[in-house]
Amino acid sequence: MPKIKLGAKSPRIDMTPMVDLFTLLLTFFILTATFRPTESAPVDTPFSVSEKPMMDANVMTVLIAKDNRIFFNVDNGPDTILKFRPKILAEMGKRYNIEFTEDELRKFEKTGTSVGVPIQEMKAYLAAKNSEDKTALETGVPIDSTDNQLALWILFARQVNPAVNTMIKGDADVEFPVVKKVLDILQDKNVNRFNLITNLRAVEITEEQITE
Amino acid sequence: MADIQVEEKSKGGKKKPKKGDARVDMTPMVDLMSLLITFFMLTAAFSKPKVMEIVLPEKIKKDEKVDPPKIADSRTLNIILGPDDKVFWYPGKADPDVTVLQETDFSAEGIRQILLERNRALFRKIDQFEKDVISGKIDIKQDSMRSAISQLKKDDDTGPIVLIKAYKTSKYKNFVDIIDEMSIVGIARYIFTDIDWIEEKLVVDALNRDAAAAAATASGSAQ
Repeated sequence: MPKIKLGAKSPRIDMTPMVDLFTLLLTFFILTATFRPTESAPVDTPFSVSEKPMMDANVMTVLIAKDNRIFFNVDNGPDTILKFRPKILAEMGKRYNIEFTEDELRKFEKTGTSVGVPIQEMKAYLAAKNSEDKTALETGVPIDSTDNQLALWILFARQVNPAVNTMIKGDADVEFPVVKKVLDILQDKNVNRFNLITNLRAVEITEEQITE
Repeated sequence: MADIQVEEKSKGGKKKPKKGDARVDMTPMVDLMSLLITFFMLTAAFSKPKVMEIVLPEKIKKDEKVDPPKIADSRTLNIILGPDDKVFWYPGKADPDVTVLQETDFSAEGIRQILLERNRALFRKIDQFEKDVISGKIDIKQDSMRSAISQLKKDDDTGPIVLIKAYKTSKYKNFVDIIDEMSIVGIARYIFTDIDWIEEKLVVDALNRDAAAAAATASGSAQ
């Protein structure tokens, strides 16, 4: 009988299909990934059992940072295509007699970060080159009754996009009166339905507790 | 010119380019890709924060004349968020002479137990309903399950009506916690309202009482 000789094959595996698949997956995930710009103020949100995920579009967020500064953000995520941000800024400028150039409006549209500067400082903020200069200007949106800019931001955001949902992202350690003030401003503008942004935690009620 | 020279040289040497393996080692590429895929998958899955919905009662404008809704005193439970994660509560109506605030906290044996005690009937109903759905006794879709639960809550007429108030030194965390507690225990009716002066006074009294008690135990242990 003739001996069957197996040819010395290289032990390599053909990785091409695997690479193909990986490339596809990678492209998919890169394209679907939404990059949120880093917020200028860190906010540790409190925990809750709510499992409702945050909606992507039609969102305006009021941020309350640990040092009681108020930030306001609109038009993040898929809304960007509809260009709400420059419209809202233009409206704000009109109210305060500040003329924003096309360039400034475009710049405001591109930076997706939340607004943390009084509108009077907005020009300087948009012109600022490095992040240190920007951070120095971020004193928070004024909410005093004499110059309630947060109320105007909310008003114009709702005028430009009537379907907007209100989110409140507060730091767990913020004193409640500050939050109360924000809630009052929102309610003055007839916003009575809020979504509080929280982290998920699990809580269970044991049988004993029910029957006890 | 250089090209030609090289060509001539190789011709002269009669060297043929070695036929190497055309395969490229793709392992590092695959390594990198799997890393990137893992990264993007995880960030896509975990970057979404959760939200808790809350509806506040519409504000009554100053020029409007609307009577505040009447609610039974026997069913009301007032919760006041205090400083340092303390929770004060009292049933019924505040009377500056009679009412004494009870103190508790956000632990599982704290405010949750108090709420559960009063809301047991409804909580059992919801719990039983959910169990029936899981075990297959009741065949119902996810969407209609939620509306069925809210119907159960609507029909409930024994559970407490919880009024939540926040003292000025409470934290935002407390506010979220107490609303969270409402959804854990399944309270059908709760509302967030402003604190009034009687309650503020009661809280101050309770805090003073605490401070006095703490001072007494401190001096007691010193002696």
